[in-house]
Amino acid sequence: MEMRGSTVPPAEAAASAGRQNTLRAKIRSQLAPIPLLGWLFGTLVAMVIEQAVGHSLALAFGLSGVPGLFGLRIMLTKRALIPSSLAYVLLVYILPTLVVARLSAPLANRVAKQLLDRFPLWVSLIVHLGLFYATMHLWGGNAYRVLFLKFILISIILTLSLNLVNGYMGEFSCSHPGFMALGAYSASVLTVLLFVNDDVFGAPLLPPALGPFLFPLTLIAGGLVASVGALVVAIPSFRTRGDYLAIISLAFMFIVKSLIENLEIIGGPRGFMNQPKWANLPTVFAWMAICVWMIYNFTRSTIGKAMCAVRDDETAAEAMTVNTRRTKMVTFLFAAFWAGVAGGLFAHVIGYINPSTFGVYKLSEILAMVYLGGLNSVVGSIAGAAGLQLLMEVLRPLQLFKWIVIPVLLIVLMIRRPMGLIAFTEVNIKDLLQPRQVPGKER
Amino acid sequence: MALLQVKSMTHFFGGLRAVHNYDLEIEPGQVRGLIGPNGAGKTTIFNLITGIYQPTEGEIIFNGQNLVGLHPHQIAAQGVCRTFQTLRLWRHMTVLDHVKLARYSKIHYGLIGAFFGTGQRHREEAASEKMAYDLLEMMGIRNLADQVVINLPYGVQRRVEMARALASEPQLLFLDEPTAGMNPEELVEMMEVIRRVRDEFELTIFLIEHRMRVVMELCEIIQTLDFGEVIAEGTPEEIRSNPRVIDAYLGKEGIV
Repeated sequence: MEMRGSTVPPAEAAASAGRQNTLRAKIRSQLAPIPLLGWLFGTLVAMVIEQAVGHSLALAFGLSGVPGLFGLRIMLTKRALIPSSLAYVLLVYILPTLVVARLSAPLANRVAKQLLDRFPLWVSLIVHLGLFYATMHLWGGNAYRVLFLKFILISIILTLSLNLVNGYMGEFSCSHPGFMALGAYSASVLTVLLFVNDDVFGAPLLPPALGPFLFPLTLIAGGLVASVGALVVAIPSFRTRGDYLAIISLAFMFIVKSLIENLEIIGGPRGFMNQPKWANLPTVFAWMAICVWMIYNFTRSTIGKAMCAVRDDETAAEAMTVNTRRTKMVTFLFAAFWAGVAGGLFAHVIGYINPSTFGVYKLSEILAMVYLGGLNSVVGSIAGAAGLQLLMEVLRPLQLFKWIVIPVLLIVLMIRRPMGLIAFTEVNIKDLLQPRQVPGKER
Repeated sequence: MALLQVKSMTHFFGGLRAVHNYDLEIEPGQVRGLIGPNGAGKTTIFNLITGIYQPTEGEIIFNGQNLVGLHPHQIAAQGVCRTFQTLRLWRHMTVLDHVKLARYSKIHYGLIGAFFGTGQRHREEAASEKMAYDLLEMMGIRNLADQVVINLPYGVQRRVEMARALASEPQLLFLDEPTAGMNPEELVEMMEVIRRVRDEFELTIFLIEHRMRVVMELCEIIQTLDFGEVIAEGTPEEIRSNPRVIDAYLGKEGIV
């Protein structure tokens, strides 16, 4: 180790390093026995506190209101408010979470153990998901935060499904915005035609009261239309491997976009509106959860692992009885289906779509999320989607400079970690939900 | 009846005739060898029979069924599996996943099971995991099941490849230079492995080898190939004393 200040004797430096180590070890030993359930308790309490006293506390700190995104945006625009936003975050989010998580750890461990021992895995999973959703729901107290959360959830669906093709299967597909557009327009046309009194499509064909119940079916229909579009790309491009898919899928994206621009009946370049805003937070969250669950299942099955074999050595995969053509088709169509569902949700979040949304800009956003989060990893995709969405939102006050800062960050990341943040790492759901034993206190 | 019968198979790469009028009959339980100088067309014959290339002419009949025109994965699912001269492992996958994946054709839970995790899927995956562990145990690499293959030494990778090929439950196993690049100890171990799998799984084996010791000790009948044509076929003793084989491949003792 290099010694800069010769005034510090080595022994003392070592002691201070030792103190730091023991401090870190202490923190770690304090946090180690907290299971996931305990953390969820903690964040939930933090959100309740924000609901109760957040507003008055923010005013007392001299903030104009409850900070939207953990005070991050305020810190970028008004430097004078940095201390008070930090204090707010510390008092409202970090401290209550830590304290409650630590104090509830024994209880949380017991509950987590009971849940896993007495019931099948999915019961425990639903409990965790429910708590997580409750936290999210409480945090999403205003329209801005709700919209932000919905965009994150939709991005997770898009990123994860593209990771199947680009990460797990090792192809390079560029047509995700195209599939998203197909899903968005198909689902929108269906809901407007069936349930809305519209200038173009006329009176609703079905009673509008049925709409919210049949909404999932229209989303699935949108996903299926996207899958049919994927078939058009897949048939010519999966005869061989290499750059063909990238080129054909990029072309497909532009074809879809210009097709929509030239279809007057769905608004052409002006866009398509009047979708009922049925994609509320619970709906979007449920679709995201189903998507993650299905893709997680798929990637862990032998049929899904065939994707990785195709990526690493296709000839060997064929020789080991793997039907590589079927594998590629299924993966690509499955990914396109989810892109279509995400598109349908997106349309019913905003209530308006236009073809220019589904262009190269969207493509670069999804690709950045996939490669930032990490190839071949479900957790990586979730982290990548949430991380980049947060980053883009937080850096919005920088305006034009945002488009310099984000690419530079991505370039640095690609140099430091070429595979992305959490590549080739899988988290086993069961391990995640396990109770944590306190070291040294076992029985 | 012969397990595998190849009748006057010919293959052209563009204008180059790689294999000419190749005939082969393998009886069940035999260990056959294929030798010849580099570029004689040995691996091409393996690739033709396992479906990676389509023969220009000829018939390949396995268990009474014509294999010409089938995809490689269909041929493999019929019970003709192989290893590769250059190891073709899946670099990001674990040892256990390699062996389990070779049971792809034995998986029946379909996409519903893959997406939703049905009971049938759990049963089938558990069964194939058990079989994979048994095979790894037999190869002596059970403790490495969770390792990613690129981190493993060469000899172990060869064993992984063998376990993977066996997991597809072949009747006929093609080994393309199974001892290439091995040191003398690994070579003796690999010969032992080949003998054991033949006995335990009642396999028929067809192997390409350059090391005469391996071929002469393991094989019952040996074919010698030169410029895509069979120049000799017979027992190890016959091959060793055949003047054409000595001329084309083994070389005269006096010169060396």
